[in-house]
Amino acid sequence: MNWGSASEFFAMGGYGLYVWGSFGVTAAALLIETLLARKRVADTRRALRRELAADRNDQD
Amino acid sequence: MSQRFINWFKFASPASFYPLAGKAWPWFAALATAFCAAGLWISFFVAPTDFQQGEGYRIIFIHVPASWMSMFIYCVMAFWAAIGITFNTRLSGMMSSALAPTGALFAFISLWTGALWGKPMWGAWWVWDARLTSELILFFLYIGYIALTAAIDDPRRADKAGAIVALVGVVNVPIIYFSVKWWNTLHQGASVSLTKAPTMATTMLWGMLLMALAFWMYSIAIALYRVRAIILERERHTTWVAELPEMQR
Repeated sequence: MNWGSASEFFAMGGYGLYVWGSFGVTAAALLIETLLARKRVADTRRALRRELAADRNDQD
Repeated sequence: MSQRFINWFKFASPASFYPLAGKAWPWFAALATAFCAAGLWISFFVAPTDFQQGEGYRIIFIHVPASWMSMFIYCVMAFWAAIGITFNTRLSGMMSSALAPTGALFAFISLWTGALWGKPMWGAWWVWDARLTSELILFFLYIGYIALTAAIDDPRRADKAGAIVALVGVVNVPIIYFSVKWWNTLHQGASVSLTKAPTMATTMLWGMLLMALAFWMYSIAIALYRVRAIILERERHTTWVAELPEMQR
C-alpha cells in the first residue's frame, strides 16, 4: 500500500492535476461514448418502429 | 418458404450478425469492467512509486494501453477495409465505421494523457517529436475517415472511399511504433517490446497489461454495440428488420 491517507492519495505526490486529469478525462470520454452509442441505438430503433408502424397503417 | 430462404441468404451477414453481436457485447462489457477494476487496483494500490518520476508515472497505466489500442483499432479497420474491397462484403464497411469513433477516442486519450505527462516530466505539453507527430496524424486519419464516410450519402460508396483511407493510412502505424527507434525522439523508447525483456517492475507491467485488456474488451463491446445501430440504419427496408421482436408495436 502506497498511501497513508486519502488526501495523500488525491495529491499523488504533487502530480494530482496530471494524474487525475488523465484518468478523469479518460473515464469521462469512455462514459460519454457509451451514452452516445446507447442513444444512437435507441434513436434508430424508435425511428424504425415509427416507420414500420406508418407502413402498416398505409396497408390497412 | 423458398422466398424466405432466398431473402435470408441475400442478407446473410448483417441479418445473422445482428443477433450475434447483441448476445456477445454484454460479455465483452463484463470482461472490460473486471479487467478495469483489477487494472486500476494495481495501478494505484499495488504498483510502487517510481524512483525517478514519483507518482506522476501512473499516467502510464492509461497512456500506453490507449496508444496501443489507437494503433490496433486502425489495423483492424484496415483489415475490414481489405476484406470489404476484396470480397465486396457489406458487413466489413459497417464494422470499420463502428470502430472508427472508438479508435479516434483512444488516439485522443493517448495525446491528452501524453500532454499531461509531458508537462511535468519534459516541461512541455507538446513537442514536434516523431512519436507525438505521427500519433497526431493517426488521430487526423480517424477524423478524416469519419468525415469522408459521413460526407458520402450512399453507404456502399462511403465504405469504399473509407476503405481506401484506412488502407493507405495504415502505413502510419509502423511509423508510430518504430518512431522512437528511427529518430532521435524526446519520447522515451518502448518499455515493453516483443524482442526483449520489459524494462519495468513486474507489478507495473501487470497493471499496464490489465488496463490494455480492459480497453481491448471495451473496444470490442462498444463496436459490437454500435454496429447494431449501423446494421439497423442500413437494412431498415428489409423484411428481417421488420420482423425483429424489438420492432413490433
